[in-house]
Amino acid sequence: MDILFDIISWIFLVSGSFFCLTGAIGLLRFPDFFSRIHAASITDTLGAGLILVGLMFQAGWTLTLPKLILILLFSLLAGTTASHAMAKAALKSGLQPLEVQKDNGKAPEESIGTTDEGALSSKP
Amino acid sequence: MRHVLALSATLSFFWLVNSGHYTPLLLFFMVVSVLSVAALCHYMDVLDGESQPLNLTFTLPGYLLWLFREVILANIAVARCVWLGTSSISPCVITVTANQKSDLGIVIYANSITLTPGTVSIDLNENHIVVHALTGEAAADLLGGEMDRRVCRVEG
Amino acid sequence: MFALTAVALLVVMAFALLRAFLGPTLYDRILAVNNFGTKTVLLLAIIDFLPGRPDFLDIAITYALINFISIIGVLRFFEYAGRKPAEKEG
Repeated sequence: MDILFDIISWIFLVSGSFFCLTGAIGLLRFPDFFSRIHAASITDTLGAGLILVGLMFQAGWTLTLPKLILILLFSLLAGTTASHAMAKAALKSGLQPLEVQKDNGKAPEESIGTTDEGALSSKP
Repeated sequence: MRHVLALSATLSFFWLVNSGHYTPLLLFFMVVSVLSVAALCHYMDVLDGESQPLNLTFTLPGYLLWLFREVILANIAVARCVWLGTSSISPCVITVTANQKSDLGIVIYANSITLTPGTVSIDLNENHIVVHALTGEAAADLLGGEMDRRVCRVEG
Repeated sequence: MFALTAVALLVVMAFALLRAFLGPTLYDRILAVNNFGTKTVLLLAIIDFLPGRPDFLDIAITYALINFISIIGVLRFFEYAGRKPAEKEG
């Protein structure tokens, strides 16, 4: 029985690591900010979920199990809220998604340059 | 009153899980702190159907199971896009209409969209949600309206 | 096997740091830092299972809360930072 649990948790941990790596590679590889959010959300949902479920199999019926469930629930809730907040803040600051950007002819470096300066100049 | 009881139960559970020491003194501290937090929330008037959505207790688990399946499928699709490279993605921005009656339903819908990889809700005005989709399939999936109908059903 | 997962997470964190250094826009950097933070939570949870290190899970929970609050705080700062001078002028 212990060996069975070990094998199951092995599978979960390895596939979780694989999805985390996939998300990190997507973070480096995707062309613009809005598509990078999607890559980051892979590691946030399935990567974190699989690794934590794999650890739950190792924990067994101890007090560690509910703590892991708490971390999982919190990371799912906080992850979505944080990605929505980031996307909304980026849109409000004038950063355009890749498709819309073609129409405006505005480069992302250009639009963020103004934001950076605005942030600096507003410092007291 | 139901909301105060639900909050107290949640807080007590959180304390018991995180403490691990069950001596009378620490249990007394638990009761004191849970009661003071519940009283504070009661007087701040933040305890209502939005912060403690008790009416969703029975409809939410079924929806979460369906959402769980969707999240796994979407994850695999996005992971394939990562490994195939930049040429396989076609980012687009779409607007979907949320047909939910309450603010809470719209928030659940928008959060489900964000939780599913491949679609991120980037703005919300009234009941129109602006969504950034990674691929055309993800956008078409969302425009099909399956998730919208299911969230409406959760709301009851 | 925990060591293997920990090494994979460290590689992921290195990639996220690379994106934070490269990132052309400010929001790319914030996204990378957020990703770095969530991976730190996972790494802490794994360290809890390595022998001889109990009670790291409590730190992981605390770190998850702090990470979320700090990201929202930074975003709020930059969201309203651009607007404030205009309000003062007007």
